[in-house]
Amino acid sequence: MEEHEKRFLAAKAKKVRQLTIDSIGRLGVGHVGGSMSIAEVLTLLYYRHMNVDPQDPRRRDRDQLVLSKGHAGPSLYAVLADKGYFPMDWLHTLNRGGTRLPSHCDRNLTPGVDMTTGSLGQGLSAAVGIALGNRLDNIESTVYCIIGDGESNEGQVWEAAQAASQYCLGNLIAFTDYNKMQIDGYMCDVMNIEDLTAKWVAFGWFALRVNGHDLEEMDRAIERAKAQKHRPSMIVLDTIKGKGIYFAEGKLASHNMPVAYADALEAIDRLEKEG
Amino acid sequence: MTTQPTPEMRAVYAQTLLDLAQQDERILLLEADLMRATGTRPFLEALPSRTYNVGVAEANLVGLAAGLSATGKIPFANTFACFAARRAYDQFFISANYARLNVKLVGTDPGVTAAYNGGTHMTFEDLGLMRNIPGLVVLEPCDPVSLAELIRQTAYHAGCTYMRLHRGVAPAIHASQGHLLLGKGVMLRDGEDLTLIAAGVVMVNEALAAADLLANDGHSAAVIDMHTIKPIDIELVLESATRTGALVTCENHQVINGLGSAVAEVLAERRPTLLRRVGVQDEFGEVGPLDYLKERFGLTAENIRQQALDLLQAKSGR
Repeated sequence: MEEHEKRFLAAKAKKVRQLTIDSIGRLGVGHVGGSMSIAEVLTLLYYRHMNVDPQDPRRRDRDQLVLSKGHAGPSLYAVLADKGYFPMDWLHTLNRGGTRLPSHCDRNLTPGVDMTTGSLGQGLSAAVGIALGNRLDNIESTVYCIIGDGESNEGQVWEAAQAASQYCLGNLIAFTDYNKMQIDGYMCDVMNIEDLTAKWVAFGWFALRVNGHDLEEMDRAIERAKAQKHRPSMIVLDTIKGKGIYFAEGKLASHNMPVAYADALEAIDRLEKEG
Repeated sequence: MTTQPTPEMRAVYAQTLLDLAQQDERILLLEADLMRATGTRPFLEALPSRTYNVGVAEANLVGLAAGLSATGKIPFANTFACFAARRAYDQFFISANYARLNVKLVGTDPGVTAAYNGGTHMTFEDLGLMRNIPGLVVLEPCDPVSLAELIRQTAYHAGCTYMRLHRGVAPAIHASQGHLLLGKGVMLRDGEDLTLIAAGVVMVNEALAAADLLANDGHSAAVIDMHTIKPIDIELVLESATRTGALVTCENHQVINGLGSAVAEVLAERRPTLLRRVGVQDEFGEVGPLDYLKERFGLTAENIRQQALDLLQAKSGR
């Protein structure tokens, strides 16, 4: 990755965080933690890897993203607004009555959202279905899926893992946002999922684990995953919940937290100063 | 004269789906390791690349179907009714219906027809669960003729559907397919004293037999095949209520939130009419041969007759 590309992507990731905390702050409450931990991967996908067209959100041969951890919708909306899928001021309507931007992703409400998610565990199955449908139609696009670490407690994730492997889905690349926290505590205390990478390997996936806030490292991982033509890939992202937001970073309470707008503005300011 | 052997309902299902799929490549078959039971092997043999067997994983069956339909496919996903309705309910609710996708879910061996599989596999609640999903079309065909036609209409209905599929042999009841429409019940036999409204192979046949018994008793009973439980044919229910003034619903399901409830809702709000609901009375299923189970849960022509006579007495006392 060229230095200027890295700078561009880092600036975008910062902007995603700022737009996200602004939208949550205007409402006063939201899923800060899990939205912030995926800012880099969303940035990398939408500004570097995914072949998408904001003017034609349902274009048949587009790459798709199933954000299986649907509660991180706010950070996806920030990316989609910045990409031009819909006006920026929609971000101010997050979770208001009649909004097009609900807390959990909805493919029918939000241009650019490829699958309705929110009931944890279901997104990877849908992604497998989309990947199969694309293959039947000889469409050479990639289906991406981001699942949560807590979500990986769900049995359906592993049903879908079996199927993706059985069907040799080289057109499916999944990520686990491994911030090590679930709602009720640290994963190792509530329901441990280690050895996570080994589990995906055991299910027949190409799997590797990288720093989920390091753009270059993730970029290399995605390139390696794209080179897998006959098996699905899992990129486990070591992340920090609430990353970049001074009052949320690394905090268990950041999953769904009240946010005073003044604090959101302070967070935006700090992100700006940190560069 | 040679008589045509009566096909199993599952064979009609498999053949109809295959015929449709051979004309429309969007149509796919999804199974969860019950292909031997659902009878769809001919589809697999003819179209292996459009058949997916996900193994014993019903949540993934439905989720995968939802994803396929998001790419424009028309997936038919089959499993026993108990797994379709109970095991994969949230997947069907959220990934398929709430997401406004297009999954055709088929539950085989409904109600007492689970027979030797017993109480664990006996669904007396699937119609109720499914009826509560907004906008979902819920149906239970009663014979091979209507099954074939309703599969076609289901395939091209824009949106999700849930169909109860009787696995075994069923006699032809409908003479032709021309008059069959999703959402429209069919008057199988006219009558003046009361109306029997039934759905599915077991109960439509019992209702027809009950009408014969009632005729011997001197009562004229109309019989309706209400193959679509949702949306219920409001017009036909009201018309029957007005014409005969007494109705008996007949279902291989709990009387709670199934066909009987659907009819009762229409009547209570629009035209209060004498009604009896023949069906399972808030009980779990149990194991046994079909005939035993039909007796055990009152799903018989004789019980329909008794309920009808009781109702007619109430009617004459009004």
